[in-house]
Amino acid sequence: MSVLVYTENWDGKFKKLSFELVSYASAVAKMLNTSVTALSIGNVGDDELKKLGNYGAQKILSAHNDQLAVLDNQAYTSVIAEIAGKENASVVIISNNNTGKALAPRLSVRLKAGVGSGVSKLPLSTDPFTVYKRAYSGNAFAHVVIKSGIKILTLAQNSFDLLETPNNAVLEKAEVKVDASFIKTKVKDVNKQTGKILLTDADIVVSGGRGMKSPDNWGPLVELADALGAATACSRPVSDEGWRTHEEHTGQTGKIIAPNLYIAVGISGATQHLAGVSSSKYIVAINTDKDAPIFEAAQYGIVGDAMKILPQLVMALKEIKK
Amino acid sequence: MKILVCISNVPDTTTKIKIAEGNASIDTAGIQWVINPWDELSLTRALELRDDQSTGIKSVTVAHVGPAISEPTIRKALAIGADDAIRVNAESADAYFVAEQLAEAIKKEQFDIIMCGIESSDYNGSVVGGMVAEFLGIPSVSAASAINFEGGVPVITRDIDGGKEIINVPVPFVAIVQKGIAKEPRIAAMRGIMMARTKPIKTLEPVAIEPLTQIVSFEKPAPRSACKFVDAANPGQLIDLLRNEAKVI
Ligand SMILES: Cc1cc2nc3c(=O)[nH]c(=O)nc-3n(C[C@H](O)[C@H](O)[C@H](O)COP(=O)(O)OP(=O)(O)OC[C@H]3O[C@@H](n4cnc5c(N)ncnc54)[C@H](O)[C@@H]3O)c2cc1C
Ligand SMILES: Nc1ncnc2c1ncn2[C@@H]1O[C@H](COP(=O)(O)O)[C@@H](O)[C@H]1O
Repeated sequence: MSVLVYTENWDGKFKKLSFELVSYASAVAKMLNTSVTALSIGNVGDDELKKLGNYGAQKILSAHNDQLAVLDNQAYTSVIAEIAGKENASVVIISNNNTGKALAPRLSVRLKAGVGSGVSKLPLSTDPFTVYKRAYSGNAFAHVVIKSGIKILTLAQNSFDLLETPNNAVLEKAEVKVDASFIKTKVKDVNKQTGKILLTDADIVVSGGRGMKSPDNWGPLVELADALGAATACSRPVSDEGWRTHEEHTGQTGKIIAPNLYIAVGISGATQHLAGVSSSKYIVAINTDKDAPIFEAAQYGIVGDAMKILPQLVMALKEIKK
Repeated sequence: MKILVCISNVPDTTTKIKIAEGNASIDTAGIQWVINPWDELSLTRALELRDDQSTGIKSVTVAHVGPAISEPTIRKALAIGADDAIRVNAESADAYFVAEQLAEAIKKEQFDIIMCGIESSDYNGSVVGGMVAEFLGIPSVSAASAINFEGGVPVITRDIDGGKEIINVPVPFVAIVQKGIAKEPRIAAMRGIMMARTKPIKTLEPVAIEPLTQIVSFEKPAPRSACKFVDAANPGQLIDLLRNEAKVI
């Protein structure tokens, strides 16, 4: 038996999310009294691969094959399924990011393994195997029993703390066969977002709503984000109006995020907005209306005009940094 | 070419979710049921593609797995403009069960593009689309934010973490759609509502398959502590609280 965790890489590097996954996998393995195998697909150097061992992986498998240069859901599924079989995995763990959402369901059918998707906590019990997952867009949580022999869990980003448990992990090359008939995805063009902190990766997010009044008022909000090392986000009407890019839209129909700190400026706090941010550890609201629903979701609030408050927050931060 | 749009019906997105006695289910009293927001956008894009002669798409079918009480949701999709519908007459036991029912229904007919939403707003599974594709053994494109046609061939934009890729996959394939796929959901016009009454809904009986998961109970999210207000005259105090009390900056 083992717990298999798929650790995606970005241009040969892992991110905090990869280490969160391995930390989570180790904690699950502990509950099951078994070991963790981490699987990496793609061209990743040994030093980078070894980092996975710091979070509790006992075995690190690296599958590198030119046919796997592009994410083809069928091909990747077949590789992960093959390794899950070889490692006799009883639990397979993947991120609940775009890649995980693409692979976990295919893997589920392939392995006849039930999926607990978007889990944010350790399983509530291992017999029956019960997971705790978000439902109704954060308005409820469900206890779900996974009845199949193999279980797949997709972990919500930023929901599990890193756990350093250094191991003398063994590094192995995984020889994998890829059925060429599976490779059907042809990439014509790639458009990468570079230089900016990705919204889904950010620990701190500063977000603006219609209360910002005009696309020209965003200066102080961006300045606050820069001072905090935060990513910027917005409510749906703001991106619909074209004040900010669609990449920043958070909520039920935008990005679902769970940063440590979410600062909502001029956002009323509609259920559809909260659906995307309610898992944040702390929410701060800045709003002129003391009755705005956002204050019910927030732990800290300021009732006041964003245009006056944002510059003062930036100043206060600069004071501290001195 | 033909498109199939899989629709799930969910509580209206403003619903205050209440949990029923015994915690095994949610209290459905007074809930307004709507087409899952992603599925509404996916249907909108499918209709746009059908209405554009150059794509060669002849029809848009909607498919739903659910009991007869969900027919109003299907009628709504027909009123918006779908040509016909398939309903698999079964309570959705879990995603695996639903996906297998959809796959079996799809095998009975030829569809070139099958569209699913990236997430249902009730179960929040993000899995049915990928499962349908694996049951059928066909490609899937996840997090698709655009589907266009170039020279009669579908060109899809998919979101990867940190960017976008523009890709080709051969038909038939499953597109799992998200933000960007269509701008505003198309709404039903009076004429559409009238026409929907006579459009065919084919009812299929489910195939036998054991679900792999079961929801045993629901709970409400842990209540958040009350909001601590900082005086607008002294916003600097907020920074202090975030540093020294919450310890998040
Ligand atoms: C199916 C569906 C899906 C949806 N999905 C999403 C989604 O994913 N994300 C999303 O955000 N919305 C979504 N919505 C829209 C949602 O219902 C709200 O309309 C939207 O979130 C409101 O955005 P807002 O808070 O920026 O604007 P408003 O509701 O207009 O609020 C503006 C706020 O700014 C405050 N304000 C005004 N002036 C100032 C000032 N000078 N300083 C400080 N505060 C000020 C006001 O008091 C008010 O509270 C969805 C709606 C539907 C029907
Ligand atoms: N009962 C259902 N009938 C038809 N399609 C469904 C059903 N449930 C889910 N789907 C489709 O699968 C998508 C994702 O659902 P889920 O995996 O539950 O998040 C939805 O957006 C629908 O397109």
